Amino acid sequence: MQYLISVIDDGTGPATPAEDAAIDVFNARLQAGGHWVFAGGLGSTESATVIDNRGGKPVITDGPFVESKEYLAGFWIIEAPDLDVALELAAEGSKSCNRKVEVRPFLSPA
Amino acid sequence: MTGVHAAITRAHREEWARVVAALARRFGSLDVAEEAAAEAFAAAVVRWPADGVPPNPGAWLTTTANRKAIDWIRRESKRTGREQEARIYDGNDEPTPLDAIEDDRLRLIFTCCHPALSMEAREALTRRMAGGLTVAEIARAFLVQESAMEQRITRAKAKIRLAHIPYRIPSVEDLPERISGVLTVLYLVFNEGYLATGPGHDPIRPGLTAEAIRLTRLLHSLMPEDGEVAGLLAMMLLIEARRPARVSAGGELVPLAEQDRGVWDAALIAEGHRLVRERLATGVAPGAYQILAAINAVHTSARHVRETDWSQVVALYDQLVHLDPSPVVALNRAIAVAELDGPAAALAIVDRLEEKLAGYHAYHAARADLLRRLGLHRESRAAYDQAIALAGNVGEVAYLTRQRDRLL
Repeated sequence: MQYLISVIDDGTGPATPAEDAAIDVFNARLQAGGHWVFAGGLGSTESATVIDNRGGKPVITDGPFVESKEYLAGFWIIEAPDLDVALELAAEGSKSCNRKVEVRPFLSPA
Repeated sequence: MTGVHAAITRAHREEWARVVAALARRFGSLDVAEEAAAEAFAAAVVRWPADGVPPNPGAWLTTTANRKAIDWIRRESKRTGREQEARIYDGNDEPTPLDAIEDDRLRLIFTCCHPALSMEAREALTRRMAGGLTVAEIARAFLVQESAMEQRITRAKAKIRLAHIPYRIPSVEDLPERISGVLTVLYLVFNEGYLATGPGHDPIRPGLTAEAIRLTRLLHSLMPEDGEVAGLLAMMLLIEARRPARVSAGGELVPLAEQDRGVWDAALIAEGHRLVRERLATGVAPGAYQILAAINAVHTSARHVRETDWSQVVALYDQLVHLDPSPVVALNRAIAVAELDGPAAALAIVDRLEEKLAGYHAYHAARADLLRRLGLHRESRAAYDQAIALAGNVGEVAYLTRQRDRLL
């Protein structure tokens, strides 16, 4: 079972060196525990580009798809047997990156 | 015919949670469990009047529900073209030991009370899955449309399924936190039994109070050192002890002051008092349930209502208001104040709660009683009218109606 842990930035800005160090420790723990799938930090929303190619011709727009105070700053994809384990790891993740996080399950193949 | 109906009602009361819990463990799905349990009870309604009540109704229901579940999964597999039969475990038809059944029901409750679900979803789900209430009954208790409640329950089950909320008793370190959420829900189940919300019910539903007590006893045996579990259990026992005196021969609810204390259950009272004393002996500051238990201990210590130590009751409510500043607690405190300082003092407190409690029948019932005692019969009558219009419990409506009609 895989879960997406989205890191939500609500105006805190880029990670500090202390936060980066705590994230490294947390990542190492994910790897050691067999929970690690993938993770990454994202560039700021000013660097986002939106593309809509549903109308035959791709329309390119500058900026994020939704303007809001809160935005996705990064994510982890983890492997966990159930939501309790995922929530426990997410709680550690939130502490390490000093931001709130959202946990969502990937749709599992039946 | 009525014998069969009584047997079905009793089986529903006693076996619903057991059947759902066992199916949920076996098939790993609350949807399957709920669907199959409901189908099994529907089958009983058709078959028992024709074939007679089976010698062991619980076993009949479990076997039937298992078969319905397998049918349901096969149908779903065909419909979606997906192989879901891996969920059907083998060799599970042997009788399950009693301990495992108790554990199943506890698992069911911890799953329904998972912190990732909204509080309203937890309550609704527990009442449906463990309490066996219909969606319509739960909707009434929450004052929402049945379709909205159906949607809330469906959404909660979908989250459990999609997010893999586990079907198990939490680990030791998570238990204290998880337990408090479960206590809230058990208290709600107990309350539904203590004072049934639906007009289609008897005023008291002993099956629900008994189920809540059974599950709370089980929690207490798992966590004997947890003060609030002990407190909730003690409170339930001391309230349940008064059940034989709570409904008159005519089906009216009888208030505490007018109850025949001779028919209170002495064994339950002794057990409740013992739990309260044990908690006091620890010297640990009590939580809300322990204070409520202590209040009920004061009431059940008085052989006559005149002997009630009202200053002790009010002092305990003062402590409770500190922990739980809800208007309902303030209302109950005011009712005790009426005995200590008179109805005028109590009415002043009650009137200040109007904004928050105007839609709550007990607020109007308390006002009606205080106004009556102050000789303000016209105002009292109006308050009784409002209380009667809002009360859902048949026994309470009967009592309030008689009180109103006694007014000059």
